[in-house]
Amino acid sequence: MTKPAAPTAEPFTTVIGLEVHVQLQTKTKLFCGCSTTFGAPPNTQVCPVCLGLPGSLPVMNREAFSLAIKAALALECRIAPFTKWDRKNYFYPDLPKGYQISQFDLPFSSDGWLEVVDPKGAFSRKVGVIRVHLEEDAGKSMHDEAAGTADTRIDLNRAGTPLCEIVSQPDLRSPQEARAWLNELKLLLVYLGVSDCNMQEGSLRVDANVNLHIPRPDGSLAKTPIVEIKNMNSFRSVERALAYETARQYDEWQATGAELGTTPKQTRGWDDPAGVTRAQRHKEESSDYRYFPDPDLVPVTVSEEQIAAAKALMGTPPTVLRTTLAEKWKISAYDADVLVNQGRELVGYFEDVATRVGEGKVASNWLQQDVLRTLNERGETIDEFPIRPDALADLIRRVQNGDFDTSRGREIFAEVLTSGRSVADVVASLGIAAVGQDELIALCKELIAANPKIVADVQGGKEQAAAGLIGQAKKKNPNVNPAKVRQMCVDLIKALELPTRTPEA
Amino acid sequence: MTLARKDVAKVAMLARLALSDAEIDTMTGELSKIVGFVSLLEEIDTAAVAPLAHPLDTQNAFRDDVPAASLTTAEALQSAPRHDGECFLVPAVLGESGAA
Amino acid sequence: MQPAELSAVEIVAAIRQGDMTAVQCTEAFLDRAARLDGSINAFLKIDREGALETAAAIDARRKAGKPLGALAGLPVAVKDALCTRDLPTTCASKMLAGFRPPYDADTVARLRAADAVIVGKTNMDEFAMGGSNENSAFGPVKNPWDLSRAPGGSSGGSAACVAADMAPVAIGSDTGGSIRQPAGLCGITGLKPTYGRVSRRGLVAFASSLDQIGPMARSAADCALVLETIAGHDPRDSTSLTAEVPRYSELLEQPLTGLKIGRVAEHYAEGLDPEVRKGVDEAYAVFEAAGATVHDIELPHAKYGVPTYYLIAPCEASSNLARYDGAHYGHRAEPGTGHQAEPAGGHRAESGSSQHFDSPLVEMYCRSRGEGFGPEVKRRIMLGTYALSAGYYDAYYAKALKVRRLIRQDYLDAFAKVDLIGGPVSATPAFKLGEKTGDPLAMYLVDLYTVATNLAGVGGISFPCGFTRGGLPVGFQLQGPALAEPLLLRATDRFQRLTDWHLRRPKQTA
Ligand SMILES: [Mg+2]
Ligand SMILES: [Zn+2]
Repeated sequence: MTKPAAPTAEPFTTVIGLEVHVQLQTKTKLFCGCSTTFGAPPNTQVCPVCLGLPGSLPVMNREAFSLAIKAALALECRIAPFTKWDRKNYFYPDLPKGYQISQFDLPFSSDGWLEVVDPKGAFSRKVGVIRVHLEEDAGKSMHDEAAGTADTRIDLNRAGTPLCEIVSQPDLRSPQEARAWLNELKLLLVYLGVSDCNMQEGSLRVDANVNLHIPRPDGSLAKTPIVEIKNMNSFRSVERALAYETARQYDEWQATGAELGTTPKQTRGWDDPAGVTRAQRHKEESSDYRYFPDPDLVPVTVSEEQIAAAKALMGTPPTVLRTTLAEKWKISAYDADVLVNQGRELVGYFEDVATRVGEGKVASNWLQQDVLRTLNERGETIDEFPIRPDALADLIRRVQNGDFDTSRGREIFAEVLTSGRSVADVVASLGIAAVGQDELIALCKELIAANPKIVADVQGGKEQAAAGLIGQAKKKNPNVNPAKVRQMCVDLIKALELPTRTPEA
Repeated sequence: MTLARKDVAKVAMLARLALSDAEIDTMTGELSKIVGFVSLLEEIDTAAVAPLAHPLDTQNAFRDDVPAASLTTAEALQSAPRHDGECFLVPAVLGESGAA
Repeated sequence: MQPAELSAVEIVAAIRQGDMTAVQCTEAFLDRAARLDGSINAFLKIDREGALETAAAIDARRKAGKPLGALAGLPVAVKDALCTRDLPTTCASKMLAGFRPPYDADTVARLRAADAVIVGKTNMDEFAMGGSNENSAFGPVKNPWDLSRAPGGSSGGSAACVAADMAPVAIGSDTGGSIRQPAGLCGITGLKPTYGRVSRRGLVAFASSLDQIGPMARSAADCALVLETIAGHDPRDSTSLTAEVPRYSELLEQPLTGLKIGRVAEHYAEGLDPEVRKGVDEAYAVFEAAGATVHDIELPHAKYGVPTYYLIAPCEASSNLARYDGAHYGHRAEPGTGHQAEPAGGHRAESGSSQHFDSPLVEMYCRSRGEGFGPEVKRRIMLGTYALSAGYYDAYYAKALKVRRLIRQDYLDAFAKVDLIGGPVSATPAFKLGEKTGDPLAMYLVDLYTVATNLAGVGGISFPCGFTRGGLPVGFQLQGPALAEPLLLRATDRFQRLTDWHLRRPKQTA
């Protein structure tokens, strides 16, 4: 069940719905064999179909359809047994056919949800998904007034790229929730291999619809006009734009009292550097898209068996993985959340290390404290990380064996990272040979002889006083294990002069 | 069935057709006649009839996700009214794409 | 040997046997076209050089003993609605003047692979919209039987070039009768196959759910030969049928004994020319003599075919033709001085317009389309845009789709009773050029007997079944169930073995 939002100081409820377009991870476009690789020179990945040349015809990419089914199933959607394609007609130079092939009244899936739980407990929200449908992307228009011409340049490499459009219910109640939900959505789609959700490369785009429900003193509710916000280039921008827009709408309502239904839906663009939304020109006629079934494509039917097969192949979604990971490796829900949120590859890395060292908690600690911090510093992904799971496990096992302590382990970690050498190599080159038993006894005897005060304290029952010898031991031999030094010294002091009291055991 | 002149002008803009005032006048008369003619269909009771958008009963025509050769940029641009060797050039587009 | 007097089947055999070279044959037809087409205007482009080059290469391959394609050396004229890689493709529109497709239509590619010789691109109604060929931006086509009359349309150029022996076969396309009606008015044989039988890839779309490419020739046997090559599944057309392609030309022999042909009362409506009626009745008698039986049947929704068609086709066309906007190819209007409409060649002060454009881009779109499209294309774009627009969709487009289902059901019911449906292809013989140009609705009614075939997605063939006293051909139409092409061709072939109407030639082009 959805928990109510944490009480806020705001005298209204914020109502947010999101419309997300994600690029499906296919090799080719939705209706032709042109490549979808990002970053190619302009108009090198185009053919008669995606150029909209006369006589060209679309043929549906099977992989795009199955990836879209995967996304819809992961969002708990109902898959339509019969779906068709429609044309959305409008003129724009990045849309060479004069229409976009999309889905209108019979999308392939609808009525799903995705829950987002704030690990710190600030909110928990099950957000409805109205529909998920497939459509083709447009090309790119480049306005280059600096070049001294008023012309717009059109690159159609992107035209026809497969997109999944995901439309949420207006169930989100704060900019923070919206951002968290987007993070969860992205995580899910990346986990399933549906999309890389790379916002910089345009693989994920978000528009947000927002308005406010303001209780009046008489108990009735004032609803502000819905505003659609566009041009948000990161999840952080989404959060900022929504926060700005929320405040703006409240101010405007106070000033004008304008309510939903009295003014047409407004579109506002987010100006990130300025930190404001700005009204965009809206033409009345531009929304008459004259949708009708695309006669160049045939419908698609999906059977129960196909849905079952797709589910079986789907892999574990993050929500399930959080629970199973915590249970299997006996780590906290919080730790599982942190690991899972880093993506499937990191979880794989974690499980590899944990299996090798036979324990989850210690592997989780090393990952969270050392590996993730390093990845952040180096701007790397876990796949690029030079210390592979076997090497990290080797290091952790040596610490567990007492070959050296954790802080020494961290030094070795850093050296392995910069030198690219193996753990064993680094241990040897730093002279960190494990200290032998005889060597340890000799060292401890030396320390006992030199520290009568500590010996007396220990003999007096204050065993913790032996810790005072550890610093001196490390000075004499940096490789000694502090815990072993402490235990050996205590044992030696006790053997040296039996206490007058009867031992406890 | 008659169409108003202003409706015809609105449809012309939706269809991106520049029409002179005289053409709009002629078109208003012609379209009114044609729309009157096709309204003959109103006399058929189709309450229980499902639409038939396409004569084919076939479904599920797919292609595999296998790259095929694209055109060269020169071929892509060969019939373009204006281009710079890389991109199509069109008069200034101000505002946002209505895409997606 | 006079190639122009031979059938396509005979030409292919003669070249294969070495009785004639491909170059001799091609040259003969090109020479006729050079001599005659000045007065007929059937071609928008004659590719003399390319055709002779192809023919010479075929002759060389034959000489070297290399294998040849099924249509080796056969000259073929192609409607300008099909994309041809090395030839301009205009759809008879100023909008596509100068457009060179970077690819071949599937049909063109199949013809080339079968070693056919493409001699040129034929004239047509602009974007295949029309029934008289008077809507070409490059001038009307004249009917070879009477140069003051229309050849029909939209494949009028293809029909006229076969009728005048400027090519033994031509490729046409049929959205509402555009192969069958001009074939009927020009006294040749034209087949509209079942929807999806021939790939639409590379056919400039008019109305995608209705368009179909087909052969036009002198006889059913020649149509069968060409259909064998151009029919078949195309994985790059989602609406292409996967059914195997029969050897049509080998299925012609079987007699018609037991064949049931339907006769439709609705075809004898008011407006049917008495001479056409006479020709049609005599054709039924020929079929009966060949062993077929004639049965009266009903197509109750026949009279709704034209209004249904004139909603569905313009709706699809309004979207299909949106791509002609001057941005990526085709005609672009010169930049104007302001964002005010100004028709081509007009003066704003005189012709005036109250249209206002929001940006230079919108102005470019509107003016390019306003200048590039002819009046009939504009009318249909307007009609389709209107019928799909907010508030009108249900009353017009959706309503038409429902009636379309009823029309298709009529056919399914009829074909439960009979094998084929007969009748006139046009209510009148070829009409005078200019006779109907002032009245769009009168022109729409020339499709009365043909549009329902396309709405139902089935096949139809038309062929000459007599002549008027004035010497104009009268056409007969047979319609069959889906994929009944073998039967349509066999019935027509049998008719043509028993009659000689299809062998008559217009005097003016002798
Ligand atoms: Mg969309
Ligand atoms: Zn492409």
